[in-house]
Amino acid sequence: MNNSLLIVLIASGVAYGTPLLFAALGELLAERSGVLNLGVEGMMLVGAVMGFWTVQRLHVTTAVALAAAIGVAALAGAMMAAIHAFLVITLRASQIVSGLALTIFAGVYGLSSYLGNNLNLADQPASHTFTAFFPSSMQKWPIVGPIVFGQNVLVYVSWACVVLISLYLSHTRPGLNVRAVGESPAAADTMGISVTSYRYAHTIVGGAFAGVGGATVTLAITPQWVDGITYGAGWIAIALVIFAFWRPELCLVGAYFFGALEALAPQLQARNITLGPTVLWTSSLPYVMTILVLVVVSSGTARRRLGAPSALGVAYVREER
Amino acid sequence: MRVTFERRLKQPRWLSLAVPVVSVVFALVVAALVLVVTGHNPFTTYRELVDAAFLQTGSLGQTLISATPLAFTGLAAAAAFRMKLFNIGAEGQMYMGAIFGAAAGLYLGGRGGPSAFVIASMVVAGCVGGMVWALIPGILRAFFKTNEILTSLLLNYVAGYVLTYLIFESESYWRQTKGFNATTFPTGKPLPHNAIWPGWSVHVQGGLVVPLGAGFAVLAAVILWLLYSRTRFGFEARVLGDSDRAARYAGVRVRRKILAVMALSGAIAGLGGASQVGDFAHSLDGDPNGLQKQGFGYSGIVVAALGRYNPFAVVLVAFLIGGLQNAGNTLQGATFPAGLVGVIQGIILFSALGGELLIRHRVRIGRRVRKDASTAPEPAA
Repeated sequence: MNNSLLIVLIASGVAYGTPLLFAALGELLAERSGVLNLGVEGMMLVGAVMGFWTVQRLHVTTAVALAAAIGVAALAGAMMAAIHAFLVITLRASQIVSGLALTIFAGVYGLSSYLGNNLNLADQPASHTFTAFFPSSMQKWPIVGPIVFGQNVLVYVSWACVVLISLYLSHTRPGLNVRAVGESPAAADTMGISVTSYRYAHTIVGGAFAGVGGATVTLAITPQWVDGITYGAGWIAIALVIFAFWRPELCLVGAYFFGALEALAPQLQARNITLGPTVLWTSSLPYVMTILVLVVVSSGTARRRLGAPSALGVAYVREER
Repeated sequence: MRVTFERRLKQPRWLSLAVPVVSVVFALVVAALVLVVTGHNPFTTYRELVDAAFLQTGSLGQTLISATPLAFTGLAAAAAFRMKLFNIGAEGQMYMGAIFGAAAGLYLGGRGGPSAFVIASMVVAGCVGGMVWALIPGILRAFFKTNEILTSLLLNYVAGYVLTYLIFESESYWRQTKGFNATTFPTGKPLPHNAIWPGWSVHVQGGLVVPLGAGFAVLAAVILWLLYSRTRFGFEARVLGDSDRAARYAGVRVRRKILAVMALSGAIAGLGGASQVGDFAHSLDGDPNGLQKQGFGYSGIVVAALGRYNPFAVVLVAFLIGGLQNAGNTLQGATFPAGLVGVIQGIILFSALGGELLIRHRVRIGRRVRKDASTAPEPAA
């Protein structure tokens, strides 16, 4: 039963969805403060390559190496986000173009590829990887075994992050302040909230999440380094935030749905199931579905765009409010 | 010390030239730091770069090969970005142009028509291919208000899969199915000779070939310039870019304009794809390490921004960035790690963007402002 396609798809949907979830949570934090960061793909890739480099170079126990790798990946993602933050918050540059610049700078053709080549990371298996956290006896339990107990520790960490971010945004003073900054920076400024520091902090923390998302790919899902290994996951994560109406718990649902779509291609291949040009449509499916869901969400009743921060994408200039 | 920015009432002309130049210099300086940190000598790397891009024998020809597609993708981005329509799908639109252009070349060329007719058909087919692919995000934006940045970008991945599928995973019309290597090393079917685009030989560096596509790119730049600065269409598109609301009140048909601009942008990118097939590859290049590895569509955004969306400047910048891209291809190795090109391009885009602030604003260092404020007379009540 645990080997049925549906169960396996859900279980691997959770695994494949975790990088999307981390990245989407990070983007959500930045967007809630009013900063759109289109550089997620680039930040993920730099996190992915730096995380992978850390496990390859550290000769310590697996747990320590992996913890260090996640830390390095978060730091790398945060550093990338800091560039974007400086440009759009301090220099008030176009958030769209700056995000694209970050993707070009850090992405497939940029820094992540540079680092991967310069540090000779290609074509080698990861020395330490994240494996299932619970004992294998628990993974044999029907249904919940593979789906809930067959996951690596990052999945459980991501669940904790969803809960914490949800509580943070709705029940804590700084969380409410962020929402004020994202909805109406002028009002927040009048209340004595520093718009600049809130935006900096959340953009940079958002980058750290994207970096961790990238490292999840290279350390848990496909433990190796290949140029552009995230294959557009960063862009799907940005779209996810829109589908989720800027709510962390809905990000989780969306991430697992798209994770399952990504898992479809390898699963069908493993089971020798073919249906027309299988490779073509299964690989394109996550991208096409993202577009379709975007269309549904952006039109009709959902057009009210429940939850979109009003000041998203707009630079705040005290003198010009 | 407090730094403040004040909006300029007038934008000095010299700044719009100085900012792109300083951006490039700044990018090279920062990239040099990256090189030093990662254990390379930036002077050696840069000397090799300039040699490979512009100086050594045959380098200008190679640079033109990289610059031609960049001019197309740069113009495609400029056409759309100027209206604040962020079409980031030039990459995929280019693949589609290549697929359509190759189909026209293989089919009509195979039937033995005159070369001029076959080439003209390839041009039209390439434009149509890119246009169709760009109209998907265009229609979604115009009728459903779907964010065109995400849709156009996601379609790049789909177009990449289609391209790979046609050559590697199917016995398609575009694939070479005859011969010894047909199954072991899948390649595109070669174009018949009457579908191959001619070039002009120039006696520079012992024979330099200017591809026909480069001519089309310049022509496209002229048309784009006329369209945006001399016609009602271009005026309305620019108004729409500056203020959606103003355009609507002035009676601009917004939906129609979005569709037209996306179609135009896609057609230019698609023409670039046809030029890839007709000028350079002479078959449909589905290799993941070929056309898809170049990322011309993304570099086109850098080209457009650095040219400040001016079509002639875009063509000029395409040549410079083409040199960089070409050097990246030829030098790739120990002293010139892959990815350096993207790093430099990214920093160029960052600094061009930061430079926009200087064009639009005057920078004041705090103290003087405060002193001015305290000595300024109180406004009469």
